Amino acid sequence: MNIVVLVKYVPDATADRRFEQDFTVDRVEIDGLLSELDEYAVEQALQLKEKRPDDEIEVTALTVGPEKALDAVRKALQMGADKGVHVVDDAIAGSDYLGTSLVLAKAIEKLGAEKPVDLVITGMASTDASGSVVPVMLAERLNLPQVTLASVVETQGDQVRIKRDTDAATEVVGATMPLVLSVTDQSGEARYPSFKGIMAAKKKPLETLSLSDIGVDAGQVGLEAAYTAVEDATARPPRTAGEIVKDEDGSGAQALGDFLASKKFI
Amino acid sequence: MSEVLVLVDFQNGVVKKPTFELLTLAKRLGTPSAVFIGGSGDAAGVAESVKKYGAEKVYVIDDAQIKGYLVAPKAEALQQLAEKVSADSGGLAAILIPSGAETKEIAARLAVKLDSGLITDAVDIAAADDGGAVATQSVFAGNYTLTGKVTKGTPIITVKPNSAAPEQADGAGTVEEFAVTVSDAAKTAQIVATQPRQATGRPELTEAAIIVSGGRGTGGDFSAVEALADELGAAVGASRAAVDSGWKPHSFQVGQTGKTVSPQLYVANGISGAIQHRAGMQTSKTIVAVNKDEEAPIFELVDFGVVGDLHTVLPALTEAIKQRKG
Ligand SMILES: Cc1cc2nc3c(=O)[nH]c(=O)nc-3n(C[C@H](O)[C@H](O)[C@H](O)COP(=O)(O)OP(=O)(O)OC[C@H]3O[C@@H](n4cnc5c(N)ncnc54)[C@H](O)[C@@H]3O)c2cc1C
Ligand SMILES: Nc1ncnc2c1ncn2[C@@H]1O[C@H](COP(=O)(O)O)[C@@H](O)[C@H]1O
Repeated sequence: MNIVVLVKYVPDATADRRFEQDFTVDRVEIDGLLSELDEYAVEQALQLKEKRPDDEIEVTALTVGPEKALDAVRKALQMGADKGVHVVDDAIAGSDYLGTSLVLAKAIEKLGAEKPVDLVITGMASTDASGSVVPVMLAERLNLPQVTLASVVETQGDQVRIKRDTDAATEVVGATMPLVLSVTDQSGEARYPSFKGIMAAKKKPLETLSLSDIGVDAGQVGLEAAYTAVEDATARPPRTAGEIVKDEDGSGAQALGDFLASKKFI
Repeated sequence: MSEVLVLVDFQNGVVKKPTFELLTLAKRLGTPSAVFIGGSGDAAGVAESVKKYGAEKVYVIDDAQIKGYLVAPKAEALQQLAEKVSADSGGLAAILIPSGAETKEIAARLAVKLDSGLITDAVDIAAADDGGAVATQSVFAGNYTLTGKVTKGTPIITVKPNSAAPEQADGAGTVEEFAVTVSDAAKTAQIVATQPRQATGRPELTEAAIIVSGGRGTGGDFSAVEALADELGAAVGASRAAVDSGWKPHSFQVGQTGKTVSPQLYVANGISGAIQHRAGMQTSKTIVAVNKDEEAPIFELVDFGVVGDLHTVLPALTEAIKQRKG
């Protein structure tokens, strides 16, 4: 069985994330890393591999992004993925959801031509764009079923069942492989790479693909071809810290009550 | 003016408030038409509600054949409707969809199908000088405000709750049944079981004007948080630490992997203020916090903070509010 896990390289949320002059996300100057939410996807792929030894599961970590995005693939390999694929091409810079999902879809089709892909596993959202839309766009483009936002994943043969929490209900959703699966941070703690894992990762196969390798025309993607344009990006003025009081013998509640009353909340 | 399609958010027998917000925003761009995907028995009631907010037409798509499946059939149905309306009236100004887990996915599939640009989680929409739609988004945990446009195809924009004050307006509310043919290929992810969430009797987290939240500092006892919430008519929220401890279901979680909220007032109790929590509440109009630790990062963003034990401060505050009310 063949699993492709999508891993995105994102700017560190604890750093000062910002935009370039052309309003694309600064992905070069700011330190980046494998999106935390994609670690859960890698974890689920590895758990399946461990649970189903007879299926000889191969886990491929796939990223689309600049040179440094390779770090995301490396981390996945250290965690235990078997091989890595990095799609990198200057023409991809500035792609929006439609461009990114096209590149990912074409890359997955190429991998599938070598060996059919049974499962594409993704995170619930990227920590920078946080759209939660790329997995579904992929399902649409690849004409695959989607089982998304899983907090629990179960498989049996080619059947996948997930539990998910929607706004109004808890649902059980089922579909047949091949399919696209996205998992939430409720799906189970992601493992840390072990020392052995870090050493082993160095010898794992890594493939680099350009747009022409996956049959995408440079004119179809990137900032120029994007379906959306950012016209302005302004930093929100930082919240200025307000008044802080220490509670002593009920004075805190009194002061807070006065504040809320002054703002007409009570 | 060309039509703007607004997908109706209908849950537990009622049209949810974000629908009215979207209809209000839609009027800035063109003539609002509501799209209801649901049971035909509910259609008349939906039409009654949405016409009060300016819906000229109400397209009804009967979901009897598709409701047991995830997302894809609804996207197909919307595609067919969008193509028809577009062909009949020479173009659609935009398609507005409420931002929810499922509806965002509908929007995503629709964008690929219609070969159109998608903007997610807008917090405001304005008409552009050239007639297009300018959407405002709040990104990077609320640290940046972006404005942007769809430049290709029909603008598809998902809009967060609380993005506009609903304005009443008289619409014709003409109901048009729209028959769709959904392919078998779209019916591949089946909803095997559904357990509706228990109603809390409190306002919905994403729609509430006031939210009172509790974190690990509650120690699992949310009674003081809930009593204050009820006194304020507020929704109750929780940090991931409180959810992971099993004190509250995931539907209460505020933050990066929970709900993003933007109420008039957010009261954080026993919550340290980690970046992932801030991502979900930083754009609240007024923020107050109660925390034992004066070094807690949450105090960096509050308008008012109390350094103290929530188990004594909150009950005293609740009592004080009761007395003020007399
Ligand atoms: C990928 C990822 C996604 C995440 N998504 C989210 C998310 O969506 N939402 C979210 O909230 N977190 C999220 N987190 C977790 C986040 O990083 C923090 O761990 C979490 O927010 C901490 O919750 P807390 O503030 O309740 O707990 P803590 O950080 O433990 O803080 C508890 C606070 O309570 C105070 N306290 C203790 N006792 C009392 C008392 N008696 N009275 C008053 N104050 C008291 C303490 O001083 C402390 O400041 C995510 C993390 C990751 C890695
Ligand atoms: N450039 C990318 N490379 C690899 N995976 C991606 C990329 N962009 C998005 N994804 C995957 O799609 C998920 C959702 O992304 P988004 O729709 O941007 O929130 C992420 O968690 C990743 O698993």
